[in-house]
Amino acid sequence: MARLTRPRRALSTNPLKSSAPLGAAMAYLGIEGAVPLFHGAQGCTAFAMVHMVRHFKEAIPLQTTAMNEVSTILGGAEQIEEAIANIRKRAHPRFIGIASTALTETRGEDVPGELREVLARRRDFGDLKVVYASTPDFEGAMEDGWAAAVTAIVEALVPETDPQQRNTDSRQVNVLPSACVTPAEIEEIDRLIRAFGLTPIFLPDLSTALDGHLAEDWSGRSLGGTRLDDIPAMARSAATFAIGESMQGAARLLGARGGMPVQVFPSLTGLRAVDGFVRALMALAGTADAPPAIRRDRARLQDAMLDAHFQTGGLRYAIAADPDLAYALSSALAGMGAEAVAVVTTSGTNPIVELIPAEEAVLGDLGDLEAGARKAGAGLLIAHAHGRHAAQALGLPLLRAGFPINDRLGAQDICRVGYRGTRAFLFEVANAVLSHPHDAARPEDFGAAPIEPEFEHDRPQTAPH
Amino acid sequence: MSDALKKTVQEAFNEPGCATNRAKSAEARKKGCAKPLTPGAAAGGCAFDGAMITLQPIVDVAHLVHAPLACGGNSWDNRGSASSGSMLYKTGFTTDLTELDIVMGKGEAKLYAAIREIVETHAPPAVFVYATCVTAMIGDDIAAVCKAATEAFGTPAIPVDVPGYAGSKNLGCKLAGEMMYRHVIGTVEPERMTDCDINIIGDYNLNGELWQIKPLLDRLGIRIIGSLSADARYRQVAVMHRARVTMLVCSHALIGLARKMEDSWGIPFFEGSFYGISDTSEALRTMCRMLVERGAAEDLMDRCEALIAEEEAKARAALAPYRPRVEGRRVLLYTGGHKSWSVVSALQELGIEVVGTSVRKATETDKARVIRIMGDETHMYENMAPKDMYATLKAAKADILMSGARSQFVALKARTPWIDVNQEKHEPYAGYMGMVDLVRAIDRSVNNPVWEDVRRPAPWDGPGDAPRPATGLRPAAAPEDPAPGPVNDPKDFEDC
Repeated sequence: MARLTRPRRALSTNPLKSSAPLGAAMAYLGIEGAVPLFHGAQGCTAFAMVHMVRHFKEAIPLQTTAMNEVSTILGGAEQIEEAIANIRKRAHPRFIGIASTALTETRGEDVPGELREVLARRRDFGDLKVVYASTPDFEGAMEDGWAAAVTAIVEALVPETDPQQRNTDSRQVNVLPSACVTPAEIEEIDRLIRAFGLTPIFLPDLSTALDGHLAEDWSGRSLGGTRLDDIPAMARSAATFAIGESMQGAARLLGARGGMPVQVFPSLTGLRAVDGFVRALMALAGTADAPPAIRRDRARLQDAMLDAHFQTGGLRYAIAADPDLAYALSSALAGMGAEAVAVVTTSGTNPIVELIPAEEAVLGDLGDLEAGARKAGAGLLIAHAHGRHAAQALGLPLLRAGFPINDRLGAQDICRVGYRGTRAFLFEVANAVLSHPHDAARPEDFGAAPIEPEFEHDRPQTAPH
Repeated sequence: MSDALKKTVQEAFNEPGCATNRAKSAEARKKGCAKPLTPGAAAGGCAFDGAMITLQPIVDVAHLVHAPLACGGNSWDNRGSASSGSMLYKTGFTTDLTELDIVMGKGEAKLYAAIREIVETHAPPAVFVYATCVTAMIGDDIAAVCKAATEAFGTPAIPVDVPGYAGSKNLGCKLAGEMMYRHVIGTVEPERMTDCDINIIGDYNLNGELWQIKPLLDRLGIRIIGSLSADARYRQVAVMHRARVTMLVCSHALIGLARKMEDSWGIPFFEGSFYGISDTSEALRTMCRMLVERGAAEDLMDRCEALIAEEEAKARAALAPYRPRVEGRRVLLYTGGHKSWSVVSALQELGIEVVGTSVRKATETDKARVIRIMGDETHMYENMAPKDMYATLKAAKADILMSGARSQFVALKARTPWIDVNQEKHEPYAGYMGMVDLVRAIDRSVNNPVWEDVRRPAPWDGPGDAPRPATGLRPAAAPEDPAPGPVNDPKDFEDC
């Protein structure tokens, strides 16, 4: 189990992390009719927006309070008010999610207080839900910003319910996915849950917002996501499931609001992890059986595991990702006999890091991934798209995972959860290993002398087959 | 904002080389040209962004961002400037300040240590250190740290004191030029000098655009001695003061630098573009004329004309086959600066109708050129909101949108072909061969059958197309009698 180490150095080479405000913005985009708003300078927003555009290949309606030197000194409450007014005029959102940045946090503004005042004064904002999360760039990673935003949404929009008065819907279940869960994965989880006759409410829901679909009209807001009316209704659910340890806090808060049981699944990748989830669904649905489709998916996964184990058994790989994702993928691969010889992660606050099956997890960057993989003689890299530089330098295949994946299409369609997603993931790993060309063995490799030149045909050799 | 920075910004706006500025009153000139941003309606990068994109193509330099993660972490490795040598510029370096660093005031110490780590690991010719909002706000003196680091490690550490909140991206480009003028240009002497040494300022070699031009210069015996910052080495920035002529490409922002170099070292400059056929010829002509004026051999002019005649004829011949494929198509140009007009005439020559062009970031001269080419002002507009652009495209008032990536999805969601003509594009379109590439891209895009398919109504939305005749499909064969005997016995296939 991994010991978290923090390299003692001043320089970060090829950052692995994406910032916390970016994570918050992405979560906000999973709410219907939303516009996320960064409280910071224009550049903070521009960088995050371009980053997401390149990953999702979609227009990203991200806005900025456009702090300048004067508002940075005097305070930005007016900037927020003006921004909300302008966004309302231009995009008619139903929800605005605000995320702070390093700029405003270093200044130390009391944004929640100021926001309360603004909303109390501006009656014309009444039809609009405004949520604020504190997400300084200098603290945590994308995963933390995402979790903070979801917590803020629950805090602001899910009412406190008296357990005595609770009108529970015994077939409704809340699902809080962490930042590493893709739109296609939400869909797969949704399918699993519905197979047991249960109805999930996802918060947030990227599967309708950033799944990459062609809409009928141009909108300056998110294209879909959790319906705003569904958010207060989450208080009536029979249970709350969190996918990813980073969602622990948000899930506990939601559980407390609705007086319902909470269960955190650190991962849904890998046979055992999915079995655990299915068991929970069976308990909730009050059945001792699973539908035929699910049974078949499981049998197919088991067969795939046998097929892939030739490539994964003894595979030495290096992985760099946010804690939840690093845990999900590495724990699934550990079950297949692969060994994580270098692990790099981004956030020290997620306790799941300790459970990553490796000796050490470095809180570092892609420079650490490259150095670690080289030192340990890894045969495969798993990281986001920027890992391609390390892969090139080391001559290794790169399995793209996490954010950003900006040099490939279809990042939103990657599905590595559930029985089906795990199966696809194992094939990906095995195929990456298979596709990696190996030098043909020569006698010298084993210490044998090469064949005497006199036996060689003296014609120039053409390309061998 | 520190006093020093405030002074730098003031100076940057006092720009006699700028035509827009000259037209203003003394009072208006003092205010500068930075418009205040509107919260909730602002888009685009900050001053740090501008400084970074201006200098980052200097390929052998280590670019170190002194900031919390987002400034460097969310932006590194996202520009397509090509390098013919060192790849160090593609490495993202940041001090990744944490809350503790900020609270304990450890920013400067961390920066100093980070510079040392870079020098020890990569031994670059120089380290550029970028200030950002947070590090400027907590008062880190990057100039002092750079000075100390330069002395201690023997590698120049260059402060780029341009925090994001100082203003827009454009201002950042301007200030980046100023930083080079103060700290780098003139610090190294070239080994040899020729009468045909030039500077190119304001080109970034996106996807190798400079290399579409360089063969032309090579044939004329013109040497790029200094570059800011296309495919530049640090030494090429440091020796810029020894060029005979400066060409200012597509950059209103760096005109201040060009003028300062003229004042300090007597290097005349001209503004030119390598987009479009006639512009490329014009740029070459001006460059040669100015070199001759400064003492280059007289025959340069003749060789230049011969080259132009040959290359133009070659380009037109290459374009001819595309004419029937693109003729009559209507283009909406949404770009800025000189690009508002520089490709228009070339497109018109091919029978493409330009229905409108934006004149954002364009100078008065640029606008006059648009009017000359397109007849009147009716085709000119400033900004277009995405909603309006979507409506325009949806109503099919244009067949193609040519713009930057920001408008990409407006076009695609309106099911309209889109061609990237801005900084993030993946194809180079410079010079004569670039123009052919651009028209090829237009052809490839507008004539793609995908447009017909994405506009086709769904089966449940009305009749749509008549069902296709089942040509090519064989009529279903009558079921054969099941083969008798053991032919279908699976055991027979076991060894397959």
